[in-house]
Amino acid sequence: MFQRFRENRGLQGFLLILPTLIVMIALLVIPLIMTVITSFGQRNADGGVIYTFTLENYWRLAGFTPEGWDDLYLRILLRSLWLALQTTIIVILMAFPLAYFIARAPERRRNFYLFLVLIPLWTNFVIRIYAWVMILRGQGVLNSTLGMFAGMLNLPFQPFDFYPSQGAVLIGMVYEFLPFMILPIYTSLEKIEPNLYEAAADLYANPVRTFFRVTVPLSMPGVVAGTILTFVPVIGTFVVSDILGGRQVILVGNLVQNQFLSARNPPFGSAASIILLLFTLALTLYYTRRFGLGEEIAAG
Amino acid sequence: MSARRQSPWVVLSAILVYIFLYAPIVVLIVFSFNSSRTNVVFEGVVNQGPCGPFFWYCELFKNDDVMDATRNTLTIALTSTFFSTIIGTMAALALQRYNFRGRNASETMLYFPIVTPEIVMGIGILVLFSASFGWINSLLALAPDRRLTMGMGTVIVSHIAFSIPFVTLVVRARLHGFDNRLEEAAMDLGANELTTFRKVTLPLIAPGVLAGAMLAFTLSLDDFIITFFTTGPGATTLPIYVYGLLRRIVTPEVNALSTIWILVVLIVVGISQWFQNRE
Repeated sequence: MFQRFRENRGLQGFLLILPTLIVMIALLVIPLIMTVITSFGQRNADGGVIYTFTLENYWRLAGFTPEGWDDLYLRILLRSLWLALQTTIIVILMAFPLAYFIARAPERRRNFYLFLVLIPLWTNFVIRIYAWVMILRGQGVLNSTLGMFAGMLNLPFQPFDFYPSQGAVLIGMVYEFLPFMILPIYTSLEKIEPNLYEAAADLYANPVRTFFRVTVPLSMPGVVAGTILTFVPVIGTFVVSDILGGRQVILVGNLVQNQFLSARNPPFGSAASIILLLFTLALTLYYTRRFGLGEEIAAG
Repeated sequence: MSARRQSPWVVLSAILVYIFLYAPIVVLIVFSFNSSRTNVVFEGVVNQGPCGPFFWYCELFKNDDVMDATRNTLTIALTSTFFSTIIGTMAALALQRYNFRGRNASETMLYFPIVTPEIVMGIGILVLFSASFGWINSLLALAPDRRLTMGMGTVIVSHIAFSIPFVTLVVRARLHGFDNRLEEAAMDLGANELTTFRKVTLPLIAPGVLAGAMLAFTLSLDDFIITFFTTGPGATTLPIYVYGLLRRIVTPEVNALSTIWILVVLIVVGISQWFQNRE
C-alpha cells in the first residue's frame, strides 16, 4: 500500500494542497457565502440578523429607499472609485521615475535603493497615517515650516486647513501604497535588455521616442501588477479616510464598517460589501484581460 | 540594464519621492523626544526623570497596555507565520510539480484573496464566527465563562488564511527555475524521498521559503483591517491599540514605540543581509 502511495503523484499533489484548500474554504468561501446569505436578510431590533430573502438592502444601495429616492450610497460608491483612480494614477506617476532610477543605478547599489523604499513599510500602517496627521494638522509640521518661510520673507501667513480633508485622504492613500507600485515596476524595468536601448539608438530613435516605444511598453506587466496592488486595497480601506478625512470623507469601506459596528445593521453592511467585491472583481478582471495578467504580483 | 549616467530630471524626481517617503518617518522619530505631552507642536527636547531625553522610551516600558499589545502582536505574527509558511510551501510544491484533479480550481482560489478587498474578507470571517459561535454556544448551553468568543485564536486563524497565498506566490517563483534532475540524481544514488527532500529540495528552496515567511510576518504585523473585525477582548494588537488612541490623545510614547520598531527591523534585516553576503 505504501508503494502505491509512492507512485501515485496525483494523490501526493492533492495531499500537499489539501491544508490550503481547507483553510481557503473555511475562511474565504464559506464566509463569502454567509455574507451573501446575510445580505438577503433583515436586521432585528437588537442588531441581530433575520434570515429571509429580500432584495431590500440592494435596492437601498441603488437609491430606492422606502422613503423615496436617495443617491447617498451611489455617491459613496462613485467617490470611492474616483479616489482609487486618482490614487492609482498619482502613484504610477511617482513610482515610475524612482523605479527607473533604481533600475539604471549601478548593480551593487540597487539593493540599497530598494531597501530604502521598504523601510517606511516596516513602521505600522496606522502609525504612518498618524505621522501624516502630525504633518498636516493646523499647527502641524507643514504649516509651521511654511509659516517660518513666510516669516523670513516678511509675508503674512494664515495656516492652511490641510487636515481633515479629502486632499489629506488622497495624500495618505498615495503614501501607503506607493511602495507596492515601485517594486513591481522596478522588477519589469530591471529585466529590459540593454541591447534594446542600443538597438533603438542605432536606429536613430531619440531618448524620448526610446522611452515611449521601448521602456513604457516593456514596463507594462509591472504597472498592471502595481495597479492591482494599489487599487484593490484603496477601494476597500476605511482607516485612511477615517483618520485623515475626519468624518467628512465616507468611502465604501467606512459604510461597511459603520453598518457592522455602529449602525448594527449587518444585512445592509453585507450587501454593501458584496457590491464592493463585485466591483473590484469586475474591474480587475477587465483590467487583466485588457493588459495581460500581472505576473509581477509575486515581486511585490 | 546598463549603468549609464542618468538624466538629472530622473535623479531629481527620485530624490523628491524619497523625501516624500521619509518625511513622516523623520517626523515620527523627532517627535519621540518632544517635551509636550499632547504632541501637537514640538516644544523642545524632553529632559525629565532619570531617562532624560529618552523619557518617553522609559514611559513606554512602564505602560502595560503597550506591552500587552506588543506581546499579542508578536505572538499572532509568529504563530501565523509558522503555519502559513508550512501550508503555503506545500501548496507551492503541489502546484508547481504535481498534476492532480482540481489543480486549476485550487490555483484560482489561491489568487482570489489577493484581489479581494481586505474588508470583504474581514467582515465575511466576522459573520461566520459570530453566527457559528452563537449557534455552538446556545446548542451546548455553555456557561458564560466558557463560551466561544473572538480573540487571539480567531485573529491567528484569519492571519494564516490571508498569508498563505503570498507565501505560495513567493515560493513558486523560486521553484520556477528548479532543476528536477538534481532530485533524480539523489534518488539514483540511493537516497529515499525523505532524504532527498531534506538534503536536496529543502536547501534549494530555503531562500524562497524564508522570503515567503518574512513577507507573511510583515503582513501580519502590519495588518489592521482583518484584525479589527476578528479581534476580541484580550487580543488587542498594536495597530488596534494605536487606532483607539487616535480618537483620544496620542502621547509621544507611540512615537518612541515606532522608533524602536524601525531600529529593531533595521538590525534584523542588517544581520540577515550580512549572513547572505557571507555565503
